[in-house]
Amino acid sequence: MKRVITTVVFFALLIILWATLTGDLLRFGIGPEEPVWNPYVLPPPSVVGQYLWDNLINLKLLSAMGVTLQRLLIGYIIGLVLGVPLGMLAARFKCINDTLGVLALGLQALPSVCWVPLACIWFGQTEAALLFVVIMGTLWSVLLSTQNGMKNVPPIYARAARTMGSGPLHTLIFVTLPASAPFVVSGMKQGWAFAWRSLMAAEIYVSVVGGFGIGQYLHFGRELQRMYQVIGIMFIIILVGLLADKLLFSPVEAWLHRRWGTDKE
Amino acid sequence: MQEKTKQEIQEFPTAKLSVEHVYKDFKTKRGTVRALEDASLTINEGEFVCFVGPSGCGKSTLLNIIAGLEKPDQGKALIDGVPITGPGRDRMMMFQEHALFPWLDVIGNVMFGLKQKPNLNNKERLEVAKYYLYLVKMDKFAHANIHELSGGMRQRVALARSLAPNPKILLMDEPFSALDAMTREQLYGDIQDIWEKRRKTIVFVTHNVRESVCLGSRVILFSPHPGRVRKEFRVELPRPRNINNHDLADIAREITAELKGYQNAAESD
Repeated sequence: MKRVITTVVFFALLIILWATLTGDLLRFGIGPEEPVWNPYVLPPPSVVGQYLWDNLINLKLLSAMGVTLQRLLIGYIIGLVLGVPLGMLAARFKCINDTLGVLALGLQALPSVCWVPLACIWFGQTEAALLFVVIMGTLWSVLLSTQNGMKNVPPIYARAARTMGSGPLHTLIFVTLPASAPFVVSGMKQGWAFAWRSLMAAEIYVSVVGGFGIGQYLHFGRELQRMYQVIGIMFIIILVGLLADKLLFSPVEAWLHRRWGTDKE
Repeated sequence: MQEKTKQEIQEFPTAKLSVEHVYKDFKTKRGTVRALEDASLTINEGEFVCFVGPSGCGKSTLLNIIAGLEKPDQGKALIDGVPITGPGRDRMMMFQEHALFPWLDVIGNVMFGLKQKPNLNNKERLEVAKYYLYLVKMDKFAHANIHELSGGMRQRVALARSLAPNPKILLMDEPFSALDAMTREQLYGDIQDIWEKRRKTIVFVTHNVRESVCLGSRVILFSPHPGRVRKEFRVELPRPRNINNHDLADIAREITAELKGYQNAAESD
């Protein structure tokens, strides 16, 4: 509880500082007469809040979030569906490791926003271009961590399973895969973070006819010199990222830690 | 308890094991090591046999061959006259490390092998699993996570997991060597008790001579470099045996002297 209060107080102070420097608190006689930054450089929190409130009420931001999350989920799931089995294959077969594994290692080092120019040429200004970028962001890290996880499974588990009558496929699905779950889940989490970053970058670059996502709002905020919009959207991006982490991954990780006995307390 | 479950636990399958002229080499970076040379032995139905010898004597290799995890280069291992070609449900193995699956709870681990046993439905399997947990005195911990258990408790669960599919033969590879002395003594009692109740053929590998005399009806001595089957001792002491018993210590001393003789001979070569 004490730690929660510490966190809340810290953020409250940050916002108060921001409000003071941008002239939001002048009506209470607090802060410099002239705001340190012009509102078009750094808008005060009240303006950002007003923008968010108005656009949440008229559902514009919610529908943009819907568009973005749909892209994110589809791309992410395709990335997982490809990445996990390919990672398993790469762990199992040397020749796949020496080919696809090395390719994955190389491409993982490439920020997926670098794919945007190619994606635009290959797919045009379409949903497919965005999906492609998201998949490129997710796939490689999921593939590599699955492979790594499978390689780190103690061989005794497979031996034990074989003596209990498990065939190779049964062992793979019911022993090696669950045994590597801590690695696979952290790979999925990293993949999610990469997917989210890739999609934001892609949406800023690619304005699609199919629908306005969050990233595109940020882009137009820049075009129209509306920094309050840019900052508001940045808040939403942070919020979505945090929520996904807390809602999707934290419970799974907590379960894994309890089961494996790897939690710190 | 369901009729089928009772039937399942009241069955006592057991088998005769024979090993005929088995050779096994391992290739290492420094050349070929002969792990087993012309190993032959027979183990009767329901017998409790211990393999004892220093490291490198091929006792674990022979156990792995019987388990079907490794193949002999020459010779063969047979169960009731049928050659062993791979692992099978008729032989369950217990390892030095517990090898329990951390992603499953205790009962989930015991169920793992059972799930692959046909002719039982899941309810019956669960009853069978619970019976074996009760047999190893772990029934109160059915839903505990593996990491919450002590070393001794883990090996008990591993024992229940190996017993649950009702194998004919139980193979144990130094299962108690990582435990403290107190826990081990308790498990000596338990395993003898379970052997008398379940009448399995048990092959138990150890480098601890006293342990082998305490548990085995017959102790088979191995010598290293190359691994060979050298001699066997029949242990006729009454059960349950206590490892601190004097007669037991005497036999152990005799076996130790014999093993030392092999070692000295090997060193003077």
